[in-house]
Amino acid sequence: MATAVQPVEQTNYLNADYGIKSWLLTTDHKRIAMLYLISISVFFWIGGLFAMLVRLELLTPAGDLMQADTYNKAFTMHGITMVFFFLIPSVPAVLGNFLVPLMIGAKDLAFPRINLLSWYIYVVAGCLWLYTIITGGVDTGWTFYTPLSTAFSNTHVITGALSVFIAGFSSIFTGLNFIVTIHRMRAPGMTWQRLPLFLWSNYAAAVIMVLGTPVLAITLLLVALERAFNIGVFNPALGGDPLLFQHLFWFYSHPAVYIMILPGMGVVSEIVACFSRKRVFGYNAVALASIGIAVLGFLVWAHHMFVAGISLYAALVFSLLSFFVAIPSAIKVFNWTATMYKGSIRFDTPMLYALGFIGLFTIGGLTGLFLACLGVDVHVHDTYFIIAHFHYIMVGGMVMAYMGGLHFWWPKISGKLYPEAWAKLSAMFVFFGFNLTFFPQFVLGYMGMPRRYQSYPPEFQVLNVLSTAGASVLAVGYVLPMIYFLWSLRYGQNAPPNPWNAAGLEWKAASPPPTFNFDVTPVVTWEAYNYDELDKPQEVPIAR
Amino acid sequence: MSEPITSVKTFTSVWVALLILTGVTVTVAYLNLGAFSIVVALVIATIKSILVALFFMEVRYSPAITKIVIIAGILWLLILLLLSLTDFASRSWSLGL
Amino acid sequence: MHASQTAAHELRHHFADMDQQRDTASFGMWIFLVTEIMFFGGLFLSYMLYRFLYPTAFLEGSRHMNIRLGALNTAVLICSSLTMVLAVRCVKINQRKLTVIFLLITMLLGFAFMGVKAIEYHEHWVAREVPGPAFQFEGTDPRHTQIFFSLYFAMTGLHALHMIIGCGLVLFLMINAWRGAYNSEYYNPVEIGGLYWHFVDIVWIWLFPLLYLISHQHVGGGF
Repeated sequence: MATAVQPVEQTNYLNADYGIKSWLLTTDHKRIAMLYLISISVFFWIGGLFAMLVRLELLTPAGDLMQADTYNKAFTMHGITMVFFFLIPSVPAVLGNFLVPLMIGAKDLAFPRINLLSWYIYVVAGCLWLYTIITGGVDTGWTFYTPLSTAFSNTHVITGALSVFIAGFSSIFTGLNFIVTIHRMRAPGMTWQRLPLFLWSNYAAAVIMVLGTPVLAITLLLVALERAFNIGVFNPALGGDPLLFQHLFWFYSHPAVYIMILPGMGVVSEIVACFSRKRVFGYNAVALASIGIAVLGFLVWAHHMFVAGISLYAALVFSLLSFFVAIPSAIKVFNWTATMYKGSIRFDTPMLYALGFIGLFTIGGLTGLFLACLGVDVHVHDTYFIIAHFHYIMVGGMVMAYMGGLHFWWPKISGKLYPEAWAKLSAMFVFFGFNLTFFPQFVLGYMGMPRRYQSYPPEFQVLNVLSTAGASVLAVGYVLPMIYFLWSLRYGQNAPPNPWNAAGLEWKAASPPPTFNFDVTPVVTWEAYNYDELDKPQEVPIAR
Repeated sequence: MSEPITSVKTFTSVWVALLILTGVTVTVAYLNLGAFSIVVALVIATIKSILVALFFMEVRYSPAITKIVIIAGILWLLILLLLSLTDFASRSWSLGL
Repeated sequence: MHASQTAAHELRHHFADMDQQRDTASFGMWIFLVTEIMFFGGLFLSYMLYRFLYPTAFLEGSRHMNIRLGALNTAVLICSSLTMVLAVRCVKINQRKLTVIFLLITMLLGFAFMGVKAIEYHEHWVAREVPGPAFQFEGTDPRHTQIFFSLYFAMTGLHALHMIIGCGLVLFLMINAWRGAYNSEYYNPVEIGGLYWHFVDIVWIWLFPLLYLISHQHVGGGF
């Protein structure tokens, strides 16, 4: 076992200043990333709690744990919390905020105060959302379809919609900050083609945030106005068209799934390269694929509306476009695989999560192709097939990437090493628990079990029980890292600057980095993923 | 300073043009042009927007990336409008497939 | 303070020089304006759809718009854009007093716009053209004309909100300019304030013909 470097107590961003004010009024992107880490973790657990309520109800065919209205609230709160308060910010606001300036050799993001503002906006939105939950919640589903949301639901739709509206601005400002930073603040020599692919992915996600989120904002504002003043823009009884709402909603919410997955893909690129000791295969293709996903992702939204009443001709157009959007994602999967080919693979925890991502995202993505097929979608729309599809991508993909990223950069973020054995065990729990939870749901959906129903025919019970059992295992897999990450802050080994011997400017800064990242702005003269150079014999010790 | 300072003359010329175009669009509105009215109105609005952008917002001196950002914004608005229109406009078409 | 001293004082720590800071701030403002395009875009889609589906209802609703006041407001905003642009020009050539005066006139024109809008909203309220329980409209398709008015109030209301924010921004710039915070070396805040102001003007340039000028026969305040 290699000995970790024991550094002299240095000033870093964590101990540079003490007191609650120094954190709440910080403009240091790294501290803001930590503020986000704490807040989104809170919402992750809240969303998880609602998931457990749903899964508990679905243990038995009858709706016997709670009333139907309550069940509607449970899955709605699960969805809204997870999508808007966990998934959308997760990688960008935590890992992106922390790493973007470090990876490009900058001292901070372009607009540090706007960065802090975006966290406060998120907190305000979160508080309003918590208020909504505590006072009884929303029961419309996370999709807020009209006229249920605007006219018929008697739950707290207005505060719920407004909380998501406010959260949207947090996302917009983060995206704006990333785009400007990556364009304007790169260190000398850091050309676009030397950027780590994590930056290309976050850049693409930021473009989506900036172009798409405002449409969600105006849509939810209209929902709130319609509900409050009965104005009839979406309500057919007043002359409106409910499909207008759906077009506006999905115009954002489809690209939103790419906001969620692209940063995760960026994490995977970094991890796969490091733990294969090879540069990412087809750098240009992967970079362009990120942009391709961002652009094409805006052209497919009505595939969520195939059975809602859109014209068949429009459905054909959107179906065809939906097939195309799979291509750049597939390119990435091929390229990650090619990266690993003849690489020197190490199965450390980040790599386990990255491998999990690649496999599970592929399954989720392939089932997306099934859904792009009009004929299949008519059969499985609004069934558990859809639920399995997006959970494979979001949980099997995105959350795994987030976990992988947290583990990969934990030494950099905290200056501590997490316990590898426990981490590997947790990854096993997550992988096994995840598949046990969601694979049965593909079968259930195909067999016809509808989504958003608390009761179901008895012949579906076995699969539902398996799914709930899986969810419990998955929960354990998420609880363990929380415990050992916190444990490592106090008792973990001190981390050297580059425990993985990874490529990237962030690894040249200390672990944890000082407030201003680099004493001297680096001048970049090497290509990204220069693992062949890094693996020449050198003095830096490798952790474990 | 990187860009030249535009003259007062240029600014006031653009200002006059904008006012004239406003007058034109109001006048044309009183004419019965049928379906063509909307076209004229949109064309005039486009010209006015371009004048404001190029001269008042100094886009003509802006770096290329600014122009790309503006075009992207307009393009995305058009995607929202036109792709949604594929649904609404074709709802009444017969299912002759 | 000497111009370049002010500038050096304003350089934020994470930028290499004032040029980078200025370019970055302008770039940031342009991206923000693109988000605003998409924000209004949702309303434009709604408008486009319902006008397409219910042309007569929209025609009749638009007939009740006060074109005189609408055109006046368009002219007011165009003038305010001129004064804004002159303010930016003055700060670039160190004419502090003129900068303040032009910013002041810009803000006052903004207030004038809001005043006219208030009059118009009042007129609509009296004529029972405000959507809601009090809405009453004599026309072929009052249900869909109500949607026209809903969109009218939503779009002009959102625009007015942006105007209020704009007036606040211009006031802020004016006070700072009076205090000598801006000069030929450091004028970027005025510049990007101007960008925001012109954008709000452009939105109105589209709202005016779409809402006021659909019909060629006018009932409410024509010329």
